[in-house]
Amino acid sequence: MKRRTIIAALIPIVIFAGFSAPSQADSQEILVDDVWARASIGISRPGAVYLTIRNTGGKVVTLVGIETQIADRAEVHRTATDANGVSSMAYVGDLSIAPGREVELKPGGLHIMLMGLKEPMLEGSRIKLELIFDDGGRIPVAVSVRGIAATGPRS
Amino acid sequence: MRRRAILSYCTAGVGALALALFVGWWRVDGPGAPEPEGQLPLPLSAMSFRLTDHEGNEVGPETLIGRPSMVFFGFTYCPDVCPTTLSDISGWLDDLGDDATEMNVVFITVDPARDTVQTMAEYVSYFHSAIRGWTGAQDQIAQAVRGFRASYERVPTESGDYTMNHTASVFLFDRSGRFVSMIDYHEPREFAVPKIRRALEEES
Repeated sequence: MKRRTIIAALIPIVIFAGFSAPSQADSQEILVDDVWARASIGISRPGAVYLTIRNTGGKVVTLVGIETQIADRAEVHRTATDANGVSSMAYVGDLSIAPGREVELKPGGLHIMLMGLKEPMLEGSRIKLELIFDDGGRIPVAVSVRGIAATGPRS
Repeated sequence: MRRRAILSYCTAGVGALALALFVGWWRVDGPGAPEPEGQLPLPLSAMSFRLTDHEGNEVGPETLIGRPSMVFFGFTYCPDVCPTTLSDISGWLDDLGDDATEMNVVFITVDPARDTVQTMAEYVSYFHSAIRGWTGAQDQIAQAVRGFRASYERVPTESGDYTMNHTASVFLFDRSGRFVSMIDYHEPREFAVPKIRRALEEES
């Protein structure tokens, strides 16, 4: 049960002089956990990354972007299944997390979609992402790539 | 002069009315009518389509009759729902143990343009060995989907690519090909496995 908790507070964040006090580095209160992805078959298909973002601070924080070297683009998408059992996927965009709350990105719901993979996501490897928040804070995340039939960070 | 104007107004009015009636008919009863929703899948014996499995064999609904069957739709370029469904099914099959070998388990692609026989073969190899992958011509896929009373739709994405919306339920049939029940997307194992056992035990 190895948990990789990335404590953002340990990461130095550049705070520009012009920033007013209340807007400073709220992303320091963010914890990222249960980070995993399924292996891709080659590079022609999109990849999906799952993780949990917890806001331990007192203010809303918004995930405004994701950067990675491994794909052309990384975006938050949501899968939904309607009353007729038809599932569809849609772009979500910015993701706000209320104080004291967490947002779980997991199969069948939210995921980070990696489009235009530059290299395959191999089982057992690690890929790097950087989560960018509205206060300018950036949180690097190491994603452990699990098998294509994996269903969760530990299963 | 005035009479002519009235006449042309009348003609236009009648034309507009006829058009409205025609559009109404087209959308409600005509070719533009929405597919009836909430209907049950046909028995496999009443379906007709020709597809190819991931080993290159010609297959159709009759291939499934004689053994209980589990059938679902998806596409291999789907990053979230489809691997999840295939993983869930692999887990159910593990739970069923030897009984799983008594069943047909078929994944039919709704994206035959990208999912060739070879693509399907590679993809299904990552999951439980009982899972077969079927693909084929667009019109045959469409006919299969209609038989199951399922649906799918090609949706363009911003990047100029496309994704597919599709029915994510798993359909269960008994050995005679009669529809037994459906497992919804992400239904927990404790509900799914007994449903499969029922399809396995159903006498016909």
